[in-house]
Amino acid sequence: MATLWFCLVAFMLAMYVVLDGFDIGVGAIAPLVAKSEEERELLVRAIGPVWDGNEVWLLAAGGTLYFAFPALYAASFSGFYLPLMMVLWMLIGRGTSIELRHHVDHGVWRRFWDGIFFVASLLLAVFYGAALGNVVRGVPLDANGRFFLPMWSDLTLGPPSGVLDWYTVVVGVAALAALGLHGALWLVLKLEGPVEERARRLAGRLFWAVVATTALVTVASFSVQSQILRNLEARPLGYFFPLLAVLGLVGILLGLRQRQALRAFLASCLYLGGMLTSVAFGVFPYVLPARPDAQLGLTAPGVAAPEHGLWIGLAWWIPGMLLAAGYFTYAYRNFAGKVRAEGYEG
Amino acid sequence: MEDALVVHRLQFAFTVTYHYLFPQLTMGLALLLFLMKTRALQTGDPRYHQAARFWAKIFGINFAMGVVTGIPMEFQFGTNWADFSQSVGAVIGHTLAMEGVFSFFLESAFLGLFLWGEKRLSPRAHWATALAVFVGSWASGYLIVATNAWMQHPVGQYIDAAGKIGLGSFWGLLLNPWALWQYAHTMSASVVTASFVMAAVGAFYLLAGRQTDHGRLFVRWGVIAGLIASLLQIFPTGDQQGRMVAVHQPPTLAAMEGLFQTVEGAPLALIGQPDVEKRQLDNPILVPRALSFLTYQHWKARVQGLDAFPPDFWPDNIPLLYFAYHIMVGLGTLFLALMAVAAWKLRRGKLYSSRPLLWLLMLALPFPYVANTAGWMTAEVGRQPWLVYGLIRTHEGASKLVSAGSGWFSLLGFLGIYTVLSMLFLFLVYEQIAAGPEGSAHGAAPAAA
Repeated sequence: MATLWFCLVAFMLAMYVVLDGFDIGVGAIAPLVAKSEEERELLVRAIGPVWDGNEVWLLAAGGTLYFAFPALYAASFSGFYLPLMMVLWMLIGRGTSIELRHHVDHGVWRRFWDGIFFVASLLLAVFYGAALGNVVRGVPLDANGRFFLPMWSDLTLGPPSGVLDWYTVVVGVAALAALGLHGALWLVLKLEGPVEERARRLAGRLFWAVVATTALVTVASFSVQSQILRNLEARPLGYFFPLLAVLGLVGILLGLRQRQALRAFLASCLYLGGMLTSVAFGVFPYVLPARPDAQLGLTAPGVAAPEHGLWIGLAWWIPGMLLAAGYFTYAYRNFAGKVRAEGYEG
Repeated sequence: MEDALVVHRLQFAFTVTYHYLFPQLTMGLALLLFLMKTRALQTGDPRYHQAARFWAKIFGINFAMGVVTGIPMEFQFGTNWADFSQSVGAVIGHTLAMEGVFSFFLESAFLGLFLWGEKRLSPRAHWATALAVFVGSWASGYLIVATNAWMQHPVGQYIDAAGKIGLGSFWGLLLNPWALWQYAHTMSASVVTASFVMAAVGAFYLLAGRQTDHGRLFVRWGVIAGLIASLLQIFPTGDQQGRMVAVHQPPTLAAMEGLFQTVEGAPLALIGQPDVEKRQLDNPILVPRALSFLTYQHWKARVQGLDAFPPDFWPDNIPLLYFAYHIMVGLGTLFLALMAVAAWKLRRGKLYSSRPLLWLLMLALPFPYVANTAGWMTAEVGRQPWLVYGLIRTHEGASKLVSAGSGWFSLLGFLGIYTVLSMLFLFLVYEQIAAGPEGSAHGAAPAAA
């Protein structure tokens, strides 16, 4: 039961990264693809009706993590206190920038919010990557299953460790490249004209950055977290997950070459999904590995809620998710096709 | 550790109090907007469409504020209250996760269409989006109230041999009798806020002599909805909520009422300052035996004072609890009086020309917010010294490894950011009110959701 919920929470988090990932990516590359106020307006329109629903996956995944693995929620949220507070402020800034920029028709007002949108999105991409890096590297858990990390120490893996070290920063940069590419591919899909062209060219360049950072992160992760190699040796079927990521990369390249925007974007989803499931597979049964004492790591069965409640959860989770799938199909159908300069609401 | 505990409590209290300034309008307004859209659909009267469009804009700004200040709440369960989360996440995690899955997905899919989709959708489809937003926001309210109700009156859980708390009965958690009354009380309070805001904006237009058509409409709707909601607020919801406290949290009831000594035929204190050291109420104005009657419907009933309980079961801030409760009840009574007079004048056709009453309606705007806040403070301060009543004490729930310094850092951050948000909110709502319903009808269509 714990393993099942581990998969379900991983699925929800992957959905969050794939969906909110593209609108965060759009924000992170905004200054590179949009050069005028009208073009920046287009960017916001390209994510306008769906970004909020995408972000809900974070809350839904967080809530699910909370009831299925309360001890993990407690340990990770309190241990990553400082970066999470900053993530919250970023989310506040980003949400207000998207929602409030339209309310006043004034160049300076809009420019200000476009700036907040860019900075908050960029930092969120890096922070999310660094968070993932922290989970792979492991954290200094004590015997109570708790830890507290400062933002940084000396940028080595520690001890003493910090949230930011060379490894997590590398993962953060890789995440920025990956989400930037994801966002660019979304813009290619949703827009036309000069912004689409710029996004396409940027995607072409970011693609190689993603290939390079993926290779770098892969090598680094094997050296940082020995569990990954052990898992792959024990269950060679696990190579399936990194294979998904590689297939995704190939798909992106083909999609870009053949000007198949939708295919390229879906391949990017596959890449992100493949990377995340590789991580989940690589550290399992740990959900939060420990370092330096690997024995103290938190495992899925060790932090899971009692069995009975997990069954109850399944009873509402399945219908709830079917409903959510319905809303999302409806919302994205409503938003199908290219966003045009005169606005979709006309 | 004591220091850190104070900061954790302050930060949660501040962020949740600030957050709830927005949903209390969102939820009440969602109902009024849905009713307005229904009237518009029935009558085809363009004024209702225009009015709904105007309030939808204010709703949109308010909703966005509620969303961005709401996310920190879910995070803080883990960041600041890790030990609490570890103990009870298996129970209240259900209601919190369900809020995301059942309400937020629904709202996020239909809010954009409701706010900006009127031109693209048929009138009936647009009405349906208003319904979806209303259902989503009220469902969200229920799941949060059910979470709080479990902390006030934990039911549906079991504790195994190792002391681990698990969820035993899903329906026990969801249909907690405390939750049902607390929800009714909270939602009618939310409608009080929305109707007072609507009446105040209408009164402003009438006093300013502009947009008077809509001014009348807003005042009429605000006063009628405000009268009904103010009435429901006191009876039956407030009355029943009080009885829940009397049965399940008797020390809290004694502290709320400032009753230090157990007596038969307990008086009701209208005014007075609790002096916890001397264990008495200073310069009180008392209604003899009224507390006994209100609590047990019997003039001579025995009501337990604080002396009936060991001091470590007393709420840890009795004066704050006492004043919050009295402010809530006092304002609630005044709301009913104001709306009753306004409704009477409305019936006689004299409300729109009664400037003193319009002034009162306009100036009443902030007070439902005060009353809602005081009400939640009564609930939350009254729950002390427990985090989960009878199960977990507040000091046991905080994150032990998060220092006071980290707490102050984030609290100051929130204070700064929320100050800026307040200014933005007031500025944007002012712009909408200045433009008015007639101005906004032909204004530039916003670009995106």
